Amino acid sequence: MATTVFVPKDAAALSVGADRVAAALTQAAAASGRDITIVRTGSRGMCWLEPLVEVDTTHGRIAYGPVTEDDVPGLVAADIFGGGAHSLRHGTVGDIPYFGSQTRITFARVGVVDPASLDDYIAHGGYRGLARAISMTGADVVKAVTDSGLRGRGGAAFPTGIKWKTVLDAPAGQKYVTCNADEGDSGTFADRMLMEGDPFTLIEGMTIAGLAVGATRGYIYLRAEYPHAHQALLTAISRAEQGGYLGADVCGTGRAFHLEVRLGAGAYICGEETSMLESLEGKRGEVRPRPPLPALKGLFGQPTIVNNVMSLASVPAILADGPEAYAGFGVGRSRGTLTVQLGGNVKRGGLIEVPFGLTLREIVEGYGGGTASGRPVRAVQVGGPLGAYLPVSQLDTVLDYEAFGAIDALLGHGGIVVFDDTVNMAAMARYALEFCAIESCGKCTPCRIGSTRGTEIVDRIMAGHDREQNIAMLEGLCETLFYGSLCGLGGLTPYPVRSALTHFRQDFLTSE
Amino acid sequence: MCANDARGSNAVVAEIVARMADMPGALLPILHAVQDALGYVPEESLPVIADGLNLSRADVHGVVTFYHWFRRTPPGRHIVHLCRAEACQAGGQKALEAHAKASLGIGYHQTTADGAVTLEPVYCLGNCALTPAVMVDGQLHGRVSPSRFDALMTECRGESR
Repeated sequence: MATTVFVPKDAAALSVGADRVAAALTQAAAASGRDITIVRTGSRGMCWLEPLVEVDTTHGRIAYGPVTEDDVPGLVAADIFGGGAHSLRHGTVGDIPYFGSQTRITFARVGVVDPASLDDYIAHGGYRGLARAISMTGADVVKAVTDSGLRGRGGAAFPTGIKWKTVLDAPAGQKYVTCNADEGDSGTFADRMLMEGDPFTLIEGMTIAGLAVGATRGYIYLRAEYPHAHQALLTAISRAEQGGYLGADVCGTGRAFHLEVRLGAGAYICGEETSMLESLEGKRGEVRPRPPLPALKGLFGQPTIVNNVMSLASVPAILADGPEAYAGFGVGRSRGTLTVQLGGNVKRGGLIEVPFGLTLREIVEGYGGGTASGRPVRAVQVGGPLGAYLPVSQLDTVLDYEAFGAIDALLGHGGIVVFDDTVNMAAMARYALEFCAIESCGKCTPCRIGSTRGTEIVDRIMAGHDREQNIAMLEGLCETLFYGSLCGLGGLTPYPVRSALTHFRQDFLTSE
Repeated sequence: MCANDARGSNAVVAEIVARMADMPGALLPILHAVQDALGYVPEESLPVIADGLNLSRADVHGVVTFYHWFRRTPPGRHIVHLCRAEACQAGGQKALEAHAKASLGIGYHQTTADGAVTLEPVYCLGNCALTPAVMVDGQLHGRVSPSRFDALMTECRGESR
């Protein structure tokens, strides 16, 4: 019987040679007369072990990594296809503490299943949530999502159920479900990994949302920088349509839900929900003033759910296992799990799904193992380019929305970027303002003009011109951006700038 | 671009517009299709698109110029997207960026003299745990050292001869 060998085709794994490893394994198996079947999966999220190859044995799926094509002959000689001993062998992934200690709910199937196979999805518990939702009223589905405590994972942490209820109660001929998959924050890749590794979960979540609120059309707004996720979604949507899970008659209910992927075009601002809606309508991605809320007047002026990938992908498990099970994880008002993405200068970077409540130190030092360069950690940026830079003295902060709010920081989409002691924080503050200038949509003055003026002020500070006066001006400018911007881009750019000024002021006083 | 080329590319654009104009919010999908087919969005295609969607030329111009992804001049034979975002900066992006610009002899948004490589900045490729990251013609590469970058460029130039 053929041995099943799992090799990821996640973009991160491909970026370090997973395709070459798969080809080398196929070739080596043929040369040694072994009958193997290679299944291309998503990633287990342990990026530092990629490419991570798993072999199905009587003792479970045995993992080897990081495997290069040059390792393959030695691995075959060591009987990798029988789970044989080798220095790259880790046992099952559950034996690896980094993975075994996680609580995988949203990412339960990522790295396990073939993302192109509807049968595999169903065999691993897929579409149980939709089946449950079909047997309930829309109002009860919305109540279940509300009861789970799920809050928007895109960054703003707004209760998902309340958004859905607003759309449910809005009378309209046409409603929409839109998924914000414009994952532009540096340091974040959870959406990408889910869409590549388990796209049906997102599709199921959106279908549940559509049936619950009476929306017959859904759009996934995906960034153009994610071609692998695009392909995975197109394949999965077409399989779901063939299987009767999408289209004019979802699962024989007589109710329609049509789903389409639309590509962004390299504009970070389109991750802001009203800008995303403008872009979906084929316009410049300029921010809309609120009110009206998108839930009442969204895409093409109709009531629209706008949710992040992680929020929608959490919905199937909430319906399948009940809201209580989901709410049983977490702390305070942050319920369920958080998918932390650990990157930058870190020894063991990757995706870590854990209940809210761990400390930043447990992630950076425990999971991450410190910096990749071996130098001391100096700063950690949490929540993307609009998130604060935290010094080592704040590493004991608990990962939940309120604890981060209390220290003037954002948890955002859960991206954590580690910097060693060679970083110049005045330069990072300047970059934050430069990024805001590049990506500003231009609609409001503080963001459009203030960002450019900010980079000029930091340049003067770094050049040593009237430092104290210019630092005071930069602080004043941050206040204008914070209070005067239309949306989060200008409004939150002060977070990285102010935190750099507060915690790393010496970099502004000494750098040239 | 000579007139014949312009007529040829406008026929391609007209076909795309005819096929996609009925989609709700069709402009971005059309611009993507034009760029996929021609490598960029030519100036002379804007009136064709505007007519097909009943928009003004200014509307279409406004959208094309708003989005970084759409290019208005033909690219080189290979497109290199170098990530400039924070996670890559933490992982050695500055040194890679300096090396890339020096070894190619160009800055961002420019094409090498032999027409082989166009260098573009990008703000996150979602490979933040394997930095610095580079995308070459849609293929993602992680942990790209300057020597690995050189190898990728040699590969590009070898293939394009």
